[in-house]
Amino acid sequence: MKKLILVSLSAALAATCATAAFAAGHTKTGVSIGLQLEPPHLDPTAGAAGAIDDVTYANVFEGLTRINQNGEVLPALATSWDISEDGLTYVFDLAEGVTFHDGTSFDAEDAKFSLERILAEDSENAQKALYAAIESVEATNATTLTVTLDKPDGKLLFSLGWGDAVMVAPESADDNKANPVGTGPFKFAEWTKGSSLTLEKNAEYWSDDVALESATFRFISDPAAAFNAMMSGDLDAFPNFPAPENIIQFEADPRFEVVIGSTEGETILSTNNAKPPFDNVKVRQAMAHAINRQSIIDGAMFGYGTPIGTHFAPHHPAYKDLTGAYEYDVEKARALLAEAGFPDGFEATIKLPPPAYARRGGEIIAGDLRKIGIDLQIIPVEWNVWLPEVFKAKDYDLTIVSHTEPLDIGIYARDDYYFQFDNDEFDALIEQVNAEADPDKANELYAQAQQILSDNAVNGFLFQLAKHGVWNKDLEGMWENAPIQGVDLTGVSWAQ
Amino acid sequence: MPSSTRAYGRLARVADLVTHWEGTPEASFWRRAAGNRNVLLGATITLMVLGLGTLSFVWTPHDILDQNIPNRLKPPVFLGGEWGHILGTDQLGRDLLSMVMVGARASIGVAVVALVIGMGIGVPLGCAAAASGRWVSEPIMRLSDFIFAFPSLLLALLLTAAFGFNVWNAMLAIGIFNIPVFARISYGAALAIWQREFVMAARAAGKGSVRISAEHIIPNIANLLIVQGTIQFSLGIIIEAGLSYVGVGTQPPMSSWGRMLAESQTLVSLAPHLALVPGFAIVVTVLGLNLLGDGLRDLLDPRVARTQRTG
Amino acid sequence: MITYVLRRLGFALATLVFASILIFAVTEILPGDAAQISLGVNATDETLAAKRRDLGLDRSAHERYTSWMTGFVTGDLGRSYTYDVPVTELIGGRIWISLPLALLSLALSTAIAIPVGVLAASRRGSMVDSGIMGLTQLGIAIPNFWLALMLVVLFALTWRILPAGGFPGWDEGFWPAFRALILPSVALALPQASILARVMRSSLIETMGEDYMRTARAKGLPQRAVLWRHGVRNALIPVVTIMGLQFAFLIAGTIIIENIFYIPGLGSLVFNAIRQSDLITVQSVVLMLVASVIFINLLVDIAYAIVDPRIRTARARG
Repeated sequence: MKKLILVSLSAALAATCATAAFAAGHTKTGVSIGLQLEPPHLDPTAGAAGAIDDVTYANVFEGLTRINQNGEVLPALATSWDISEDGLTYVFDLAEGVTFHDGTSFDAEDAKFSLERILAEDSENAQKALYAAIESVEATNATTLTVTLDKPDGKLLFSLGWGDAVMVAPESADDNKANPVGTGPFKFAEWTKGSSLTLEKNAEYWSDDVALESATFRFISDPAAAFNAMMSGDLDAFPNFPAPENIIQFEADPRFEVVIGSTEGETILSTNNAKPPFDNVKVRQAMAHAINRQSIIDGAMFGYGTPIGTHFAPHHPAYKDLTGAYEYDVEKARALLAEAGFPDGFEATIKLPPPAYARRGGEIIAGDLRKIGIDLQIIPVEWNVWLPEVFKAKDYDLTIVSHTEPLDIGIYARDDYYFQFDNDEFDALIEQVNAEADPDKANELYAQAQQILSDNAVNGFLFQLAKHGVWNKDLEGMWENAPIQGVDLTGVSWAQ
Repeated sequence: MPSSTRAYGRLARVADLVTHWEGTPEASFWRRAAGNRNVLLGATITLMVLGLGTLSFVWTPHDILDQNIPNRLKPPVFLGGEWGHILGTDQLGRDLLSMVMVGARASIGVAVVALVIGMGIGVPLGCAAAASGRWVSEPIMRLSDFIFAFPSLLLALLLTAAFGFNVWNAMLAIGIFNIPVFARISYGAALAIWQREFVMAARAAGKGSVRISAEHIIPNIANLLIVQGTIQFSLGIIIEAGLSYVGVGTQPPMSSWGRMLAESQTLVSLAPHLALVPGFAIVVTVLGLNLLGDGLRDLLDPRVARTQRTG
Repeated sequence: MITYVLRRLGFALATLVFASILIFAVTEILPGDAAQISLGVNATDETLAAKRRDLGLDRSAHERYTSWMTGFVTGDLGRSYTYDVPVTELIGGRIWISLPLALLSLALSTAIAIPVGVLAASRRGSMVDSGIMGLTQLGIAIPNFWLALMLVVLFALTWRILPAGGFPGWDEGFWPAFRALILPSVALALPQASILARVMRSSLIETMGEDYMRTARAKGLPQRAVLWRHGVRNALIPVVTIMGLQFAFLIAGTIIIENIFYIPGLGSLVFNAIRQSDLITVQSVVLMLVASVIFINLLVDIAYAIVDPRIRTARARG
């Protein structure tokens, strides 16, 4: 690739400025972090926006358990737990001497309140379904919490580690949207809407102290502006940089550390399986053969992303590599399309939400499908249109979305889900796996489920979204991977 | 926004002409125009851009639907690229020259349709207002004031958000913004013409308002409308570029200059030609149209001739 | 004069009411559901309904319009669907960014345009004049967002002497906040300055041709004094008119520029509110921007009438 003309022209000038900036950087105790989306409010238990978790997860709020950057469940406010033989009773031992930011203490009653608030009739919790197995919650004593389920749930400890299940206090819960009060190592300080949000160190934190004195999140939705903000030194870190095309420039710049990690985002060409001609498996298989996965990864994501052949994260032990199931073969695709009764192809629409993976990927897929006679009309939509139109009303042919929730293959069992995929064998498998306590057996069932999705070419399985982390090379402890939504600052510090 | 201000600023310039309007000047006007340096340069540029856009319907160096990802971000010839892609390639490996040619179509197309909407509705409104009494002219002029109170980009944003992001809604939004411009210009100029003797004579001969407007008024304000037209044309191109830049105008796989610029945003320091080429296309086209419009306007202004004599 | 002002005021108010109805109607058509956006994909129908009740979305359009209008008069614009804070608070926080940005670009464009226009007019026909006219022609043709892109590449990324965007807030001190506004205001100002310089030039040329100017020269006043004391002062009237009109548009013109520089002003507020179906915010901000245009128009009309009494009758016709 050609040398960066403009940049090299003035390398000397830049170097002088850069040195000056870094001399000051070493005494830093604060950090300035770029996020693409701004949270609408700050209560992670009452909203779906991932940006709420980015700011508050592990920083302001803590749950009974927590997830680390490798997706493992660790103790948090619950220091240990016992699970009964039948998998129906969980007894949690809670940490002692924990206080909320407003000074009130945290005990089992608060935990009971927090969980019951999720399950309540009028709960605004976006992940209510994750905790549906919980039948009752009892505060046995101040530091013991007993949770009873009505059916076994192998994922409960993981689900309790989500931002949606953090512990809140009855006194302050209703105000958490504007003024979040949690037990975490950082306190909420200030929020300039549309611009930035500042957290300050919590001096009374119950567990190990954090290194940072403060953290400022800055909300920059435009990828070009994000690039500019990093390059000009306004930001110390962008945990998930939105424009993969710029990664090569960050890598070439000695000021930055670039860490490509994994996410739980399966990026797929969602297909309306109930709508002709997409209800014909041959049509879907033809499309699978016509799509050049690698060229989408190269073209839309500039090479960052792992090809997938099914709806499963490649870094998960149960992942089954099915990327070879439909090799890129235009002739075969045409033949299948002809078999399906469309020798000359057909016209359809593709609705594309704002992220670059969708808008650019859609353009490339439209180019791929044109080669077999499928003429796609591209309809760009904002999320506020995508949600009601595509997701709710299922008024679409094709769309491209990254499904970022961990281990979410179960959505294919939901017949009312927007893919409208209806397969009894698959539904039975998912029911079985949900009740399966043995991880090896569960993984075997997951593999079978993946095979069914691949055989039916339910959706166009494109790639696993990569996490493009970019930060100042002196900043240590940022998460490499994104097993759940969040920017955990508890282990972050500046190199001495 | 500057583009609308430009309309206002320029509207003031042309409107200012209107108060002195004496009808279509002598037949030598177009001959004089052909000898004017600005008009000549402006017309040449405009014709070239129109020519390239038209040519793109039948021929482009490469097919713009032809994606070739391994061959992406190739620099143009003047930055050391190869002759196969004179202006280089974009992030999907498409030929940039072909993209610019096809982009001319969208940019010009939007501006032209918007112009047709603006003139088609604005001129009859303005003429009707001039031909009738206060009860007609007041509401029409107030309506045009009203549309003017909406900044064009804001109006376009709202309309496209309400009815869908596509090039048709962009055309409509820019077209609506053009209506009051033409309504005002034609009203002012037509009022002046109505005072002229030959119109009075026509009225005395029993011709109706509609017929007089069509036979005498419009031909006499046509030059003025052409001048304003070139200005609105260039404005249309800038607004279209702005709309496509924020993603609510032209949509893929169609290309437009604004869209190309929008896509170049994150790539500008990696491949500067992606921003330079479409930016240059916009600047040159708008420059050409403005030179043409200003040149014609000056030729139409009797006072310019006067100050040239006396100054 | 008083009747003229009153009549203009009446028109302005009527326009405002009409605009509010139109804006309300358009926002009614805007797709999207604020409750759904807030609660996400997994929300159940009951929680959605509860949220809608909460936001007041279950009331009839007529009721919502009336409460919006009453609120506009009493200063209570309701609560943002997205942020759940009063809309007035959102606007209040941002107007002190957008307004200074607009003022700065206005000042900048004036500071460039007037001397340049005067220079061109006083050396009419010379190389300097043609050079300036050529440059201003180019300036008008450059889209401000493209200019912004180029300015960022040069000043922020290559030379790193100015921030690439963002706004630290006025409480961080004047200088950091001011620095953040430099590139955006230059991007907004240069095309404006080009227009103003041309208006200044032609206006001055015209003024210089007037009889009283000739008299002044005949009295033996020095050339420079004639030019500045009599010429420029009189030639400024149309320039100020155009400036007044530009100012209202500048506030709105920041929509794209604020997004490029991620400045949290009114422009980026309305842009994001449209995307998030925060209709209650969209309505009020758009109406405010439209109201500012109407207000400036009113001022210009009245100022005109004071300067030139003939207009009172003439402009009433068009």
